[in-house]
Amino acid sequence: MKVAEQITVPNQPPQKKKRFNWRKIKINWQLYLLLAPGLIYFLVFKYYPMYGLQIAFKNFRAVDGIFGSEWVGFEHFTRFFNSYYFWDLIKNTLTINLYALALFPISIIVALSLNELRDGKFKKTAQTITYAPHFISVVVFVGMIIAFLNPSTGIVNNFLQFLGFEPINFMTEPAWFKTIFVWSNEWQNLGWGAIIYLAALAGVDPQLHEAAKVDGATRLQRIWHVNIPSIMPTIIILLILNMGNLMSIGFEKILLMQNELNLSSSQVIQTYVYETGLLHGQYSYSTAVGLFNSVINFIILIIFNRLARRTGTSLW
Amino acid sequence: MGIKESRSDRIFDICNKILVWFFIVIISYPLIYIISASISDPQYVNSGEMWLFPKGITFEGFERVFQNSEIWLGYRNTIFYTLLGTFINLAVTLPMAYALSRSDLVGRKLIMALLVFTMFFEGGLIPTYLLVRDLGLINTVWAMVLPNAAAMWNIIVTMTFFKVSIPKGLEEAAEIDGASQIRTFFQIVIPLSAPIIAVMALFYGVGHWNQYFNALIYLQDRELYPLQLFLREILVQQQLTTELMQQAGTAEALSQHARIADIVKYAVMIISAAPLLIVYPFLQRFFIKGVLIGSLKE
Repeated sequence: MKVAEQITVPNQPPQKKKRFNWRKIKINWQLYLLLAPGLIYFLVFKYYPMYGLQIAFKNFRAVDGIFGSEWVGFEHFTRFFNSYYFWDLIKNTLTINLYALALFPISIIVALSLNELRDGKFKKTAQTITYAPHFISVVVFVGMIIAFLNPSTGIVNNFLQFLGFEPINFMTEPAWFKTIFVWSNEWQNLGWGAIIYLAALAGVDPQLHEAAKVDGATRLQRIWHVNIPSIMPTIIILLILNMGNLMSIGFEKILLMQNELNLSSSQVIQTYVYETGLLHGQYSYSTAVGLFNSVINFIILIIFNRLARRTGTSLW
Repeated sequence: MGIKESRSDRIFDICNKILVWFFIVIISYPLIYIISASISDPQYVNSGEMWLFPKGITFEGFERVFQNSEIWLGYRNTIFYTLLGTFINLAVTLPMAYALSRSDLVGRKLIMALLVFTMFFEGGLIPTYLLVRDLGLINTVWAMVLPNAAAMWNIIVTMTFFKVSIPKGLEEAAEIDGASQIRTFFQIVIPLSAPIIAVMALFYGVGHWNQYFNALIYLQDRELYPLQLFLREILVQQQLTTELMQQAGTAEALSQHARIADIVKYAVMIISAAPLLIVYPFLQRFFIKGVLIGSLKE
């Protein structure tokens, strides 16, 4: 490392006139150099788009640029709030995400269950298998769903017909969309989601279990009275983090699962932003819709973090 | 501890094992089914006669996929994006996380707050797209690697690792001996960080391998398409390119068309997912370690 030839002397004589902080920054300039690429990335790719959010209040025209475009105030927002699909979008977005949230305990159950296995080898194999679906790409996964649910050739409908039912065209039936989306998500992530709880369970004080055993607690009682309270902080943190994404789960997957027939049930705010913005080129309007979504998300996160603080666990 | 397992505990144990087996079966069945379907005659697959083990074994699906130049092109592009992208991710994440792990970084709290804020609030799809367009990255390799050059969550995980696992004394000793901070980072910290580098390479690598959305919005040129975009055409939009369909122009074209579509479908799923699923059990401990470090509180 050529750069490393330069040596900083930690004990340079203090220059009294300069402020203390500046001297420390000067001594540590190399740390800032290490920080620089990342900082530039975040400024350019995360903060500059926030600056670009102003086009939600403007009529963006490429020739005028973000700064030069004409202000229109809340026009795009009012148009969105008054559009006839506004409530449908809100309803779809919220129900899909609340539905997903309702399945939140499944990963906890998987973790509690794996944690009770005494046979180490079996436990490891079970973990390997349950984590595996996490690595399947969303495109392949949606491809699997479509293939399995195919009304004439899919295994699910073959089975339904075997049982004497009529085949169902799941993918084009709006009523089925949310169930398919949410449960398939759960299939893909129930094991992976359990890892973090398993870690928390490994940290439970064994003395608590011994004490409970002496008191005659059964294993089920120990899970209920020792394990679950011990991992409660982890559960709350993950719940808050999920709340922070309340309106943005799985957009890339929803987009792939959408088709014209199930749109009434599958169009969520983010897919709508994609459609109006990138496919129809209404940049300002779709930015306004997206901003509305982010702001709501952010507010929900703050509210839930506040609530969680009362229990003594919070993000910040 | 001398306390005998009670009857209820033994019943519990059996019920718990049944529950775990239930999860195992639910999760592995679709995976086994795809493998079997990819090497079975589509006739049996479609009729439901093949429901677990392969029936009427044929490798036609794989042959067709392997003969397809677009799949290879996609594969090559994906490998390239994964390698380049992961390299950039590491080059950004490791130094940044190290700097942030040091308590002598003035303004650390402020910088952290600004960075963490981006986890919960962002400019969103359209402003990001306009930025990438204005930077002239549309339809270039860079659109695949730069917009995701780092992920804040991974930076926090790496930073936590540096704080917890690198002895402070070692860094101080190096710097008292006259090593610069950059030198300390490269010669003391990096060699001790093999586990976290592996974890990060895997996390980011999997992300690049499976990524389709950025390619969908930023790339137009088929020559640049990653595998996932070609798969999207085959699996989701159900279009088969003419190349895959060759020989299908004759009389029974239609049924032939459907047959090929079916046989190719499962083979491409395997071809895309197999590398990760085969490699992952061996690297499992690294992935888990990554999640665990992430769960440590500061």
